[in-house]
Amino acid sequence: MSTTTSTPAARKPTSPGFRERVTNLPKAVKILLWVLFAIFLFLLPLLNIPFITTEGSDFGGVLFTVATYVLVALGLNIVVGYAGLLDLGYVGFYAIGAYTIGVLTSEHAHMSWVVVVPIAIVIAMISGIILGAPTLRVRGDYLAIVTLGFGEIVRLTLVNSEWLGGAQGISDIPKPPGFELFEVPSIDWSSGAPVVDLDTTSTFLKFGINDFVPYYWLALGIISLVLLFDILVKSSRVGRAWEATREDEDAAELMGVPTFRFKLLAFALGAAIGGLSGALFATKAGFISPDSFQLLLSILFLAAVVVGGAGNRWGVIVGAIVVSYFPERFREFADFRVLVFGLALMLLAIFRPQGLLPPRRTVRAKRADERQAVLEEGEASV
Amino acid sequence: MSDPTQPTSGDDPTAAAATPDPAGTSAGTSSVPVEPTGERALADPADEVTDINPEVDIAPEDIGVPVVSEGERLLEVDEVTLRFGGVVALNEVSFHINKGEILGLIGPNGAGKTTCFNVMTGVYQPTSGGVRYLGKPLGKRKKFQITKLGIARTFQNIRLFANMTALENVLVGVDAHHSTGVVSAMFRLPKHRREEAQGYARALELLTFMGLDGKADELARNLPYGDQRRLEIARALATSPQLLCLDEPAAGFNPAEKAKLMELIRTIRDQGYTVLLIEHDMKLVMGVTDRIVVLEFGRKIAEGSPAEIRDNPAVIAAYLGVDEEDAS
Amino acid sequence: MQNLIDNFFAYTITGLTIGAVYALVALGYTLVYGVLRLINFAHSEVFMYGTFAALWVVMLLGGRPGAGVGQVIFWVAMMFVAAMAMSGFIAVLLERVAYRPLRKRNAPPLIALISAIGASFVLAEIMGLRSRITSWVGLDDNLRDYVRNSRNNAGMPTIIAPQPIFTIGGYHVTNVDVFVIVGAIAIMVLLDQFVKRSRLGRGIRAVAMDPESAALMGVNRDRVIQVTFLVGGVMAGAAAVFYMLKIGITRYDAGFILGVKAFTAAVLGGIGNLRGALLGGFILGLAENYGSAVVGSQWKDVVAFVLLILILLFRPTGLLGESLGKARA
Repeated sequence: MSTTTSTPAARKPTSPGFRERVTNLPKAVKILLWVLFAIFLFLLPLLNIPFITTEGSDFGGVLFTVATYVLVALGLNIVVGYAGLLDLGYVGFYAIGAYTIGVLTSEHAHMSWVVVVPIAIVIAMISGIILGAPTLRVRGDYLAIVTLGFGEIVRLTLVNSEWLGGAQGISDIPKPPGFELFEVPSIDWSSGAPVVDLDTTSTFLKFGINDFVPYYWLALGIISLVLLFDILVKSSRVGRAWEATREDEDAAELMGVPTFRFKLLAFALGAAIGGLSGALFATKAGFISPDSFQLLLSILFLAAVVVGGAGNRWGVIVGAIVVSYFPERFREFADFRVLVFGLALMLLAIFRPQGLLPPRRTVRAKRADERQAVLEEGEASV
Repeated sequence: MSDPTQPTSGDDPTAAAATPDPAGTSAGTSSVPVEPTGERALADPADEVTDINPEVDIAPEDIGVPVVSEGERLLEVDEVTLRFGGVVALNEVSFHINKGEILGLIGPNGAGKTTCFNVMTGVYQPTSGGVRYLGKPLGKRKKFQITKLGIARTFQNIRLFANMTALENVLVGVDAHHSTGVVSAMFRLPKHRREEAQGYARALELLTFMGLDGKADELARNLPYGDQRRLEIARALATSPQLLCLDEPAAGFNPAEKAKLMELIRTIRDQGYTVLLIEHDMKLVMGVTDRIVVLEFGRKIAEGSPAEIRDNPAVIAAYLGVDEEDAS
Repeated sequence: MQNLIDNFFAYTITGLTIGAVYALVALGYTLVYGVLRLINFAHSEVFMYGTFAALWVVMLLGGRPGAGVGQVIFWVAMMFVAAMAMSGFIAVLLERVAYRPLRKRNAPPLIALISAIGASFVLAEIMGLRSRITSWVGLDDNLRDYVRNSRNNAGMPTIIAPQPIFTIGGYHVTNVDVFVIVGAIAIMVLLDQFVKRSRLGRGIRAVAMDPESAALMGVNRDRVIQVTFLVGGVMAGAAAVFYMLKIGITRYDAGFILGVKAFTAAVLGGIGNLRGALLGGFILGLAENYGSAVVGSQWKDVVAFVLLILILLFRPTGLLGESLGKARA
């Protein structure tokens, strides 16, 4: 009976996953695939692919919103996924970024967008440090409540401060300077087959008020930069220190990791990316008010990270797309959006706590666990 | 923080092997069949004893800490008292550790052994008294600062970074003396590249030394129990400690594994480390240590060579009164 | 500042009444935290359902201003019954659906918190979409009065007309104020006795102190946890009645801010400590009212959140310290 320890189930050859297959491709093919994928993303708002394209609202605008969520999710992933800090007030940094743009380009000054965006990032980062320095020493579950309070403090301050525009908010935020290089035609599907439509075009890179496609392109560019930053930093001493802190803070500290410093770093970087996303949002919207920064948004951001799989950058991107795209695509259910989110969070926590696309390691570990479980069953039945 | 400009050569053994090359470093060893993956380990849950590769040079790196010479006092615990509320966990405990020795810290359950560790590594601040390391008081240094000074430890109940690979676990230890920050990492500055190369080399050497080089990419949580214990020691060694504190490293081991562990501890000492060993198993402690300190109810009741401790009536009483198995 | 000095007693009495509500809701956080080391994020919705139960029962019984004393007592008693039953039920349901499945698989606290956030949204949205739900199931005609304007404020008839009983420093203290403050303290004394003396109460303390030993000594952990949620829910139900008597208006999202403040009160007093919740509630109620008197009432919530952050910084274990077990209830 003991020979059944190595049952076929235990030895079941695991077929190479998508990731393995992609990794095994020759380098040239990989680069080519990436370029094609980038071009596809670039053209996506103009392809007007049936079913994917949103009916009710401008697809370029929807894609821009999706891109903002992706950016936010990448930032929050550093805080929640890598460093393991539960931040329920991320919308606060998003608001700070947006209001920096509003205040410095419209309400109280008329500085250039190019100058103000870095300022917004820095101010969001500083506010992250100011919030994090005292609170990151408290227990993890307290941090969630403190950050929740922070998000509300920011919103209430915006509502109550006349200097920041009060409840009416700030309008007339100027468009960023563009440079018109070339026009990209769109595709028309009205005849049933794709036809190039030379009349409906988007100009690269002209930030107008009707065509949101250039804003999407801008967001896409920023996302790729942030993604590159994420990959480089994660695969270094910094990324390891974050993960060690998340896994076991005391042990990490005793292995020489200054955990507080790294938690603060994660918090500051997350805040900076949140501020950048907010700045982008304000740029496209042209108008901001405290209503745009409800607590619900924090929860949606967190949902994007957790749904996708905290700790895996590709997972959180998928999560952000799910959280932001589906409500736009299925507008008829907009009223039930929050209800569905709540249900999804509960079901996810219960049935798939590691998210839709968990970190690769978790998958590998899980597979190993399953094999182990099969083995142990075999042993037990001896 | 180690000085980035400090040359990594000199007495740094890893500088020569700047390129990570596990095959090269383990070339001279024949005792360990290099396992292709962790597959085998999983297929056979009965932990077979992994052999170590004692000839791999894992001597502590020069981390800029002044080093005392062989036989001098490395660390002194000076009249340390620790109270939790009304409970006295440690009562005026004093002992010292000499450079290059293996000191055993023993006592019945609840005697305060781990608490003593915790005071030495900065987890607890003593109520009175203090710890002097290399002649200077540790004071209120933080845990990670004490690690950087050269005191590293393992845990009684294994506390690896479960969802990181074996290699990454050890790298975190090596990183204790690195200073790569966001900017270096982001632009892949020379500092990052140098530290990564040096870190990988040292981590792979340590894994090879422990006989874990075939499992570098396994998640810590998937390693068999014995390997997890060894990985904890590797991670602690990675911080290049002057003093390595092992908290019941043999817990859960069978006699064959315990014998291997004794050999391992001696090898580690021969490579230039000082070892403080908390252990429950009397036989193991007697066989491997140079001196022994015995605690009971937070007080030191005896100190001396293994032979002296064996015949000490107070120690026998303490052990007989609590746990007959351990005294035999 | 002059405002605060002039109306000191007005702010004090208002602070104490709202503080009593915070304290009762805080008990739910503290009890669950003591036993499970978990922030029951959805406890705010437990409270919110209590306010609606109290509102509906008054509507059902035809509550109106200016009724006789006997009638009013009956209505208030029914409010307590309905709100405590509703909140207790929701709390137990929450434990069954959102927490127990996670506990069975030893999920990390982060996941439990996510589940709690999800549950909180589901509960609030069900209440916020109640008119849709009734129209689906075809009960629209019967329940129209109860569900209309689901996303707006729902007001309750003032069944107890506030009448001044006595005057301190120029402020007329009303019968409602006195009832809320005295009632809340009385309920908390009862709870204190329950936890201290009853067998179930001892079970709660045993699990809070050391779950493993408690299990070894034959305490049924699941049952204790269920009772803990039930007791926390019942307390939130009582809070809901006082809240409706004092404020008189509720909404599907009324729980959120109040919940965060009640949690602040629990942390302020020392989470896991029942008497701490009482103290924390009153202190928070006073602090935010005094604070709003000084910096303006629109900053009231900001005052409460800033206080929370300050406490966690300087005294993370709260004023009376943590632990349900050690502090003897």
